Amino acid sequence: MTVHTFIDEEPDTGPSTTPLKPSKATSDMGDANQWTLIWYKFSRNKLAVVSGFVILFFCFVGLFAEVLAPSAPDVSRPQFTNAPPQSLGLFVTDADGSSRFQLHVTGYTMEVDPASLRRSYVVDPEQIVPVGLFVQGAPYKMWGLFDANIHLLGPTDPGETMYLLGTDRLGRDLLSRLIHGTRISMSIGLVGVSISLVLGVVLGSLSGFYGGVVDTVIQRVIEVISSMPTIPLWLGLAAAIPLTWSPLMVYFIITLIVSLFGWTGLAREVRGRFFALRGEDFVTAAKLDGSSERRVIFRHILPSLTSHILAVVTLALPTMIVAETALSFLGIGLKAPIVSWGVLLQEAQNVRTIANASWQLVWPAAAVVVTVLAYNFLGDGLRDAADPYES
Amino acid sequence: MVRYIIKRVLYMIPTLFGLSLIAFMIIQLPPGDYVTSMIASMQDSGANVDPRQVERLREIYGFNDPIWVQYFKWISGILLRGDFGYSFEWNRPVAELIWERMGSTLAISIASLLFVWAVALPIGIYSAVRRHTIGDYVFTLVGFIGLAVPNFILALTLMYFSYRYFGQSVGGLFSPEYVDAPWSWGKFVDLLGHLWIPIIVIGTSGTAALIRVLRANLSDELHKPYVITAKAKGLPGYKVVLKYPVRIALNPFVSAIGWILPELISGVTITAIVLNLPTAGPLLLRSLISQDMYLAGSFILLMGVLTLIGMLVSDLLLALLDPRIRFT
Repeated sequence: MTVHTFIDEEPDTGPSTTPLKPSKATSDMGDANQWTLIWYKFSRNKLAVVSGFVILFFCFVGLFAEVLAPSAPDVSRPQFTNAPPQSLGLFVTDADGSSRFQLHVTGYTMEVDPASLRRSYVVDPEQIVPVGLFVQGAPYKMWGLFDANIHLLGPTDPGETMYLLGTDRLGRDLLSRLIHGTRISMSIGLVGVSISLVLGVVLGSLSGFYGGVVDTVIQRVIEVISSMPTIPLWLGLAAAIPLTWSPLMVYFIITLIVSLFGWTGLAREVRGRFFALRGEDFVTAAKLDGSSERRVIFRHILPSLTSHILAVVTLALPTMIVAETALSFLGIGLKAPIVSWGVLLQEAQNVRTIANASWQLVWPAAAVVVTVLAYNFLGDGLRDAADPYES
Repeated sequence: MVRYIIKRVLYMIPTLFGLSLIAFMIIQLPPGDYVTSMIASMQDSGANVDPRQVERLREIYGFNDPIWVQYFKWISGILLRGDFGYSFEWNRPVAELIWERMGSTLAISIASLLFVWAVALPIGIYSAVRRHTIGDYVFTLVGFIGLAVPNFILALTLMYFSYRYFGQSVGGLFSPEYVDAPWSWGKFVDLLGHLWIPIIVIGTSGTAALIRVLRANLSDELHKPYVITAKAKGLPGYKVVLKYPVRIALNPFVSAIGWILPELISGVTITAIVLNLPTAGPLLLRSLISQDMYLAGSFILLMGVLTLIGMLVSDLLLALLDPRIRFT
């Protein structure tokens, strides 16, 4: 509804009950643009909003991995292999019985079973390792640009150890590795989805805009790809990566492989929307105005699809992350020294590790599951909000 | 109906062709060929390699032909003679190695599909009829988690629990004492004892997806006038639901074979690798790592063909169930 403005003085309409002047609330939303409406609809879905924050948090962790991680991901201490998690304490009790605020973790005492030579660690409340914020620790190169050694959380004495999530079989800090893995796993999803986005939008719009033979061919290709069981296919392609390639190269190829099969859903969605919009008045008007085909596609049709594309992209992201995790888990995806959630899970492949050091399964698995769930909820919320004009 | 079947089968041919191209591409992808690796291993063992002999070997295996001739030889071997090539790692024809493995893959996939149906049907109906109750929310939550947890993580978790609380040796399909034993009642029970983990692992995400579809479809049906009519004429509650709306909402159950089957076969592959089941999965991974490409390519091809056949069956069943499809 539009708000009436009067050039002259507002005429006296008398005590009429017909609301010529719309009520305040609707007039606010009435002239709101599409994105305000989408945001309004989206923000009412609390689960989706919370999921959005979870995703932002993971992205933040990935972005500032070096600072947030208490240690470097490849620093190993052979004397602390498979050490259990330590919990962060807030108060310490001094010798005189008074307690004061001091972040700390309690140290371990290690016992070696003489028969099996297996080490077991017992958390020893006597040993107190003071922990501080913004402490100096293992040096790193921030974003590969400048040297630094500040860590958000860490033992105040760099020689001491703090393993909040335990260590792996080489005595590396699981928390630091998990945080660095977040960067790789989250970015693989985002990079992979960008490639899928380009493929899906271009092929989907060609298919939907022209129809006919172009459409048939593209639809057949999509059909072949989506009828293939994905994991054997990913395995087949990833196994062909030469062992001599640099980790960065492998990273990009894996991303490419993962995205090569992720664009089909997006292309279908775009095509369907194109079919629906092709006959709309604004498209006809643009054509009659003499716009070129390219202009009609990119300037008139695609912008009105943005919100739908955003929703489909969000729903495609978890598939990419799971795909990378699965490949790395099987040992033919990313490999050390790159750390991703899949690489971490690879360590927890056999029952013995899981039974003795279950944290090596629990935390990376939790990271994967929480991310996938959050993306799904966020995507569902976006999809519901994508078309604010319906109903 | 016959026309529909013929049309549908003809429709499959280009897809099969595309599938075989992808499988062939995967076979060709790794650098070098079998002769290269054979020369390498011969040189490792100190043998002298005669360049002329190498050339002759390449000639025999057809590695000098243009790529499309190689493809034609490969595919015609499969189609005409059932010859899938030669596994260089096992020194046996691929055809001898794959059938047993593909059989168990198919068996586990079908068992998982039955599991998916058996679980999704009652839960889906319950969730649709009792929408927005505690039970519905619980199933929705479990379903979401089922969708979000990747197969192999679920497999590892169940492996851990089964080891920790049942003391059961997980992995494989049989306990050690039954592996080579002839079929007996004991062996069958033992098989069931091992089979539940992979079936739950593989079936969970499909079940969750199907419950969502069934719930959505059935909820739409439940408010249609014919249901109200059925209620009004005094049919008992369960009959109103089961007799009409469920039968209409069942269509996605049949069409689900088409999109769940690729997922199941995918799932069987990775789960079998984690749990070490004697299906195609572990052998495929091994052949890929050792670049035994004819074996790997054949597995990928056959898995694709299997899903295509599944889709065909699901389309035909659907046409049989729903006349609207076969007459359009």
